[in-house]
Amino acid sequence: MGIVPALLNSRFICNMENTLSDFIVDIQNMSFSRGDNLIYDRMNMTVAQGKVTAIMGPSGIGKTTLLKLIGGQLKPDSGDILFRGRSIPKMNRSELYQTRKDMSMLFQSGALFSEMSVFDNVAFPIREHTKLPESLIKIMVLMKLEAVGLRGARDLMPAELSGGMARRAALARAIALDPQLIMYDEPFAGQDPISMGIVVKLIRALNNALGLTSVVVSHDVTEVMSIADYVYVVAEKHVIGEGTPEQLRQHESPLVQQFLKGEADGAVPFHYKAAPYADELMELL
Amino acid sequence: MSTRKIEILVGLFVAIAVGAFLILALKVANTGFAGSGDTYTLYAEFENIGGLKARSPIKVGGVVVGRVAAIELDKNYYTPRVRLEISRQYDNFPETSSVVILTSGLLGEQYLGIQPGFIDETVHILKDGDMIEDTRSAMVLEELIGQFLFNRD
Amino acid sequence: MVLKQLQRMGAATIHTIAGLGRAGLMLLGAIIGKPSFRKGAPLLLKQLYVVGVLSLLIIVVSGLFIGMVLALQGYTVLVKFGAEQMLGPLVALSLLRELGPVVTALLFAGRAGSALTAEIGLMKATEQLSSMEMMAVDPLRRIIAPRFWAGVISMPLLAIIFTAVGILGGHLVGVDWLGVDAGGYWSAMQANVDLYQDVFNGIIKSIVFAFIVMWIALHKGFDAIPTSEGISRATTETVVTASLAVLAFDFILTALMFGG
Repeated sequence: MGIVPALLNSRFICNMENTLSDFIVDIQNMSFSRGDNLIYDRMNMTVAQGKVTAIMGPSGIGKTTLLKLIGGQLKPDSGDILFRGRSIPKMNRSELYQTRKDMSMLFQSGALFSEMSVFDNVAFPIREHTKLPESLIKIMVLMKLEAVGLRGARDLMPAELSGGMARRAALARAIALDPQLIMYDEPFAGQDPISMGIVVKLIRALNNALGLTSVVVSHDVTEVMSIADYVYVVAEKHVIGEGTPEQLRQHESPLVQQFLKGEADGAVPFHYKAAPYADELMELL
Repeated sequence: MSTRKIEILVGLFVAIAVGAFLILALKVANTGFAGSGDTYTLYAEFENIGGLKARSPIKVGGVVVGRVAAIELDKNYYTPRVRLEISRQYDNFPETSSVVILTSGLLGEQYLGIQPGFIDETVHILKDGDMIEDTRSAMVLEELIGQFLFNRD
Repeated sequence: MVLKQLQRMGAATIHTIAGLGRAGLMLLGAIIGKPSFRKGAPLLLKQLYVVGVLSLLIIVVSGLFIGMVLALQGYTVLVKFGAEQMLGPLVALSLLRELGPVVTALLFAGRAGSALTAEIGLMKATEQLSSMEMMAVDPLRRIIAPRFWAGVISMPLLAIIFTAVGILGGHLVGVDWLGVDAGGYWSAMQANVDLYQDVFNGIIKSIVFAFIVMWIALHKGFDAIPTSEGISRATTETVVTASLAVLAFDFILTALMFGG
């Protein structure tokens, strides 16, 4: 298997070129709204090369939207998103498609193609983007499946996989073309403790072994704190706290503290915006 | 489902469709004298063509020998001029032949009937582009009824 | 009050036009651009199977019954005028000009169209389309285009089969059961059916219908709200909209082809 060192080597050269900016993703003053609903208001964020960066926040603040913005599936209203120094929103279609070959995204559901077997799912990006002979594709796919521990499940259909296995298969597909950046959308949501442990281990291991950069979007505090090199806490359209896990634990913002400790009431109120309870009861009487 | 099996089934599907098209083209539709066969052209002028249309059949003793190619109005005399396309197979009509507009059944469609004339040394055979002089117009039902009513008085 | 009504009408109009725009963009994105034979041919073949071959049974059975019913109904009327010789042309012309293309399109919208809408809607709901896009594969080319072309190729073929089977069904009832003369059935048909005017126009109709049905079905799936309710509504909308569109275009095409 002389391919692996070669691939890692080419990656190393890429890294050398990119040391000019240590940030693989650089979000600058970005605003985005859906309809009349402002989701991000002039937000800044950077993702360091070769690190695991986590984005945490309460549900419903558009964390998935952020990943889609980085992937160029959505365009921000204003501001800029740089990937390796080049602006994603300003790219034309073919440049964008070219750039996407260097990034990949693991969707919450896995998003495996339901009409193909696990093997074909993992082979899909390789077959689409390269003209490699089938024998070589088979080697590559088996390597990726081995990395996620699903080499034995190659002939199963996605419908036959458990949720955790589907996510691992999707992870194998996401790393099929050795991307530079991999984005995980809620990788821990809805997993049992064992498969959660497997995913945590895989994210860390892949990051170290392949030298790729990971962005993890999640609200599972303990898991994120255990693997992330750098964490952003996003709420109310802004980054409200950032730093290494250690720094965050010492953070003075009550909102950050509430989120990290999982308290029911606090800076984020337990009650949805409403008229005072007593008034409303009085009206009914 | 293997690719091979799909290929075979799709192939069968296309083959059935081609077969069905051949049935429609050969057994159901009238492909004879569709304009593509080897034909020659004759002209005939009528006083009244009644319900004759382009593509109406031309028959001799009930056998279809051609089709009406076009009908236009002569600009000088205002008489309808019919262009006949007749199969090369039947290219020996003498100039003494006559053309009649006939109706199939009482209410059926109208067609052209050619009655071949006699042949002797002085009579030419009709060639491409010739005019058939002896014509009889369509029977128009309203005129017939009018005549019938008129004669009874 | 009136103002509000007006406002709502305006909003609905804009909504419809925006939907048309999205549908147009989807179609353009799917069918414009250089097709790659190496990748495209197996995909097209697979869809020809799903869309065409799997619809064959319903088309053949419906064609047979419609031909039989036409012959039975036509015979009872024609026999009163002693014109049962015209049964052949009656069956053939009704099928070739109208019933073949139209009924095939309606059945196709119900059988293949709704399935396509549901399939694509589900792919959208499970983020398969999104993830394909993130893998730098255009879902319009990879998913929509082969389905579209498979439909446009299959439907005229199905309509031809439907018509042929229907005419044979008419023969079964008219000749074998009711005793119309077999020679008369075919010869009267041949005397009245024209290859260009009737057969080819019917096929042209069918191609137009295929275009409409596939466009609507794929757009409804691609534009579906990615929830189970949204998909079920999109599926229903496909069948309703496609059927109405087919009938409306049938009138227009008939007026153009046979009306003048």
